[in-house]
Amino acid sequence: MERYYQKELECASPEKMREIQNEKLLKQVKHVWDHVPYYRKKMEEKGVTPDDIHSVDDLHKLPFLSKADLREAYPYGLLGKPLKECVRIQSTSGTTGKRVVAFYTQHDIDLWEDCCARAITAAGGTDEDVCQVSYGYGLFTGGPGLNGGSHKVGCLTIPTSSGNTDRQIMFINDLHATILCCTPSYAAYLGERMKEMGLGPDDIPLKAGIFGAEAWSEEMRQDIQNTMGIKAYDIYGLTELSGPGVSFECSAQAGMHVNEDHFLPEIIDPDTEEVLPPGSEGELVFTALDKEAFPMIRYRTRDICCLSREKCSCGRTLIKMKKPKGRSDDMLIIRGVNVFPSQIETVLLNQGYPANYQILVGRVNNTDTLDVLVEMTPEMFTDNLGEINRRQKELVDGLRAMLGIKANVKLVAPKSIARSEGKAVRVIDNRKI
Amino acid sequence: MKACDTDSEAVKEEKTMAIKQISVFLENKPGKLDAMTKALADAGITLRALSLAETKDFGIVRMIVDDVFDTATVLKEHDYIATLTPVVAVMIPDEVGGLNGVLTVLTKASVNLEYMYATLAGKQTGNAYMILRVEQVKKAEEVLRAAGYRLADEGVI
Ligand SMILES: [Zn+2]
Repeated sequence: MERYYQKELECASPEKMREIQNEKLLKQVKHVWDHVPYYRKKMEEKGVTPDDIHSVDDLHKLPFLSKADLREAYPYGLLGKPLKECVRIQSTSGTTGKRVVAFYTQHDIDLWEDCCARAITAAGGTDEDVCQVSYGYGLFTGGPGLNGGSHKVGCLTIPTSSGNTDRQIMFINDLHATILCCTPSYAAYLGERMKEMGLGPDDIPLKAGIFGAEAWSEEMRQDIQNTMGIKAYDIYGLTELSGPGVSFECSAQAGMHVNEDHFLPEIIDPDTEEVLPPGSEGELVFTALDKEAFPMIRYRTRDICCLSREKCSCGRTLIKMKKPKGRSDDMLIIRGVNVFPSQIETVLLNQGYPANYQILVGRVNNTDTLDVLVEMTPEMFTDNLGEINRRQKELVDGLRAMLGIKANVKLVAPKSIARSEGKAVRVIDNRKI
Repeated sequence: MKACDTDSEAVKEEKTMAIKQISVFLENKPGKLDAMTKALADAGITLRALSLAETKDFGIVRMIVDDVFDTATVLKEHDYIATLTPVVAVMIPDEVGGLNGVLTVLTKASVNLEYMYATLAGKQTGNAYMILRVEQVKKAEEVLRAAGYRLADEGVI
């Protein structure tokens, strides 16, 4: 039986949802006009005032916000509430450009934790569950967000944070954790370690995992599910918008429901900035409808995906987004071809390689080089050199079919690629452009 | 099916003399082979024979050691990936065409030779041995023995 955390919102009729969105949007546009001079100036430059916005149909009239705006307005330029009303900041790791520093009022934290609570409930969580949060705590939104959501659901929460893998496994087993929250790469690593310790799917008390904060493939999901004997659910979010819980997966495990009563999604053409018709693939743009302290309007996520209004078997009416193909920030352009690390991962897992890999991009004689480092496993190793070469060639062929360009495959020693406890470092781009 | 046949033959025949070779995956980088042989030496393991098959990026180190179990344990402790392969060790007579004679016997019997390499001198006798990796181990042993060649087991090499 499907459970909901806020059924009246998660299963609202389209008319009701629209009504909520219209009301919140008008209020939010007025709020930023009055309190965020940076955005007001952008509106004035575009010749828009709050009087031009009557409903979500007018959303396209509003200017975009991008990462560049966040940089320019750093640290207080986009603040929508006086600092004395703010109670928290969270921040990104700052892998691309400067860090994002986001502010929250208590109201903002409540709505964020509600979103995470919806995700945990959709993964089957109740107050009977023991939820281990192995996302990093601190500035990173993963730990605090799921921790708050877990409390709201009433789970017994184990705030292990990331790292100390053997202790993680000890808590899972000794305290019978039933839900695990962490990055997919760390989940894969935990699974690998448990397997090494001789723990099979039936020995592990976990029943569900909520994994996000980095791109992962369907094959990696299957792998994690099989190793740990769980159902693995995707969760999506950005610090700019609050953190994890902007959208979440339900029992259907086919796309993530967007919490559109809080985050209104659009798909645009990243080049022309035109809004694209329903079902199109393009850049995902979000308007946070009721965040007070850090009110993002039409924030360009750089994530490439598409939205779907198709009826979902779980009963939720919230619009669904497909797993982003990859953040356009993660996208590599190699010899003029767009390459997403998730595509490489798909091929690796399909051919039975471990999910621990590294992508090295370089440039030799003005030509880009792409090397994929894969660890040798006991299952793959044989005394027969020809057999190893054959498998290696099969992988090269598979990658060429997926990417459209040639990648060199390098087999490396076991455990030579560093395991990550948070976001995995998959790509090392040595090109100096 | 083929494997089953060989097994049932083995029951009637003399115990196989096949030696267990340890094959290890190594990255083809300076110092890697060194590091591995050092780990084995530190554990008091003696190498009887060693050969390296390599590609641009990686190699397979093939070894005959005095204690297979200890070696496997040490390798695992150091996170190496290894596998065991049965090989035949045959004593090469100290005369012109000594090796060629062995190969002729195998060819005549249609035994497929994948690779071979030489050992250091035999432990007691000072004789030279070749390590042969063949598809049909028992058949190779049988025809070599019939042709008068001396095979070695772990203790001899
Ligand atoms: Zn659903």
